[in-house]
Amino acid sequence: MGYEILGLPMAYYIAMVLKVLVVFVFVLLTVAYSTYAERKIIGHMQVRLGPMRTGWHGLLQPIADGVKLFFKEEIIPSKADKFAFLIAPLIALVPAFIGFAVIPFGETIEVGGYKIPLQIAAYYDTASGQVVDLNVGVLYILALASIGVYGIVLAGWSSNSKYSLLGGLRSSAQMISYELAAGLAIISVFMLSESLSLQKIVADQANGAWYAFKQPLAFILFFICSIAEINRTPFDLPEAETELVSGFCTEYSSMKYAMFFMAEYANMVTVCAVTTTLFLGGWHGPGFLPGWFWFVAKVYFLIFTCMWIRATYPRYRYDQLMRLGWKVFLPLTLINIVVTGIIVSL
Amino acid sequence: METFFFMIVAAVAVLASILVITCKNPINSALSLILTFFCLATLYVTLDAPFMAAIQVLVYAGAIMVLIVFVIMLLNVRTESGRRSSHSVLFGSLIGLFTLFQLFYLFNRSSLTGQKGTIDSALINKVGHTELIGKALYTDFLLPFEVTSILLLVAIIGAVVLTKKKI
Repeated sequence: MGYEILGLPMAYYIAMVLKVLVVFVFVLLTVAYSTYAERKIIGHMQVRLGPMRTGWHGLLQPIADGVKLFFKEEIIPSKADKFAFLIAPLIALVPAFIGFAVIPFGETIEVGGYKIPLQIAAYYDTASGQVVDLNVGVLYILALASIGVYGIVLAGWSSNSKYSLLGGLRSSAQMISYELAAGLAIISVFMLSESLSLQKIVADQANGAWYAFKQPLAFILFFICSIAEINRTPFDLPEAETELVSGFCTEYSSMKYAMFFMAEYANMVTVCAVTTTLFLGGWHGPGFLPGWFWFVAKVYFLIFTCMWIRATYPRYRYDQLMRLGWKVFLPLTLINIVVTGIIVSL
Repeated sequence: METFFFMIVAAVAVLASILVITCKNPINSALSLILTFFCLATLYVTLDAPFMAAIQVLVYAGAIMVLIVFVIMLLNVRTESGRRSSHSVLFGSLIGLFTLFQLFYLFNRSSLTGQKGTIDSALINKVGHTELIGKALYTDFLLPFEVTSILLLVAIIGAVVLTKKKI
């Protein structure tokens, strides 16, 4: 391993590529099987069986769905704006996946003398003996979330259909409103951690209590706002099957529809991972199992909670949704910041 | 390596900004503008200013441009009408020539690097970019900061007054 490229050892690049591959494949599998889990869990909650035919207890269902969507006909409406129509699913999908680059998912491991932190965008600095990661990690995730809006907005506009346009307009208004409240909710976390680096936020929680206990209001508000931002039930107004016939993705078919579908579930996984990192102590847990296990367990628990919420609550009306965002959540987060500020400065 | 990277990003930025003014479709113009903002954010990262980069994407690409796209969608403008008045061409080229002249003047006369400040990349890596900006904003530039916040408040109240028929 004596080779060096641009002043960094070869092992650094190998570790980087391996980390990207492992995380990407793992997230893809989680996305595929959370569609199965969602159908199964909601099925059992409604005293149904859910998918049973493909494989043992329907275990091959996601693969069957994927193959089916892959072989469907691609339809582009003749009046659609072709460029925007084709690029919209990609804009929705890519930000949903690359958010994982800054999330730490385990302790630093040592392979053949090299220390490798289990976080994609990070490296171990031998001079200072610390893991260096992107020092604005949280802002990076917020920025990506704000880019994801374009996928839905463009899809709605370019389809040239009334339902799609209404869905797109609704979603842009909804995402802008809830982005604000979600961003303000995590400011109280920064006030405690005094850093925007996710490594430091996780380390700070390991030394004291989880932020979910120190900031229960911020935790609940952030989680609800995130669910609203990724358009999941009870806030799935942009697609609202009953009134808008699936909203922004009415005109999409085949793989392009599958991309929106994957983006939605990938967003859910990302949101759950971010919530785990910011509020549930990240990968820290009792020491008898490795860090990544605890991280995955916490993320899966939150994903289950998302599905649980979907099975429990009916969809909000549009005016209720806006009132909740601007008149309830926004003032609550502001009060939370003031109270945290007073307590921190005391 | 850094120069090579800069060349690529700068080329994309220039291409995207040309597309902003040449695209017939307003949505495509808006998309090109977003691409330009991304290139700017990338340049901020190479200048050791990650906070600026994140804010560039978050505020400009993620909030302001969403509003612009929102308005274009709401008005449902498909393509811009082709007719241009001769006045706009005249004024446009005058402003363009003036800016070009200014640029050449600057290139020839003053030093391009400017005056060196007290903050260099070693300090940024040690203290942190966000911390440095925060400290500067709340100590040295407190008055401009507060004036800006009052301006924004006035703008918000103005918007509410304009949209409400009865207060």
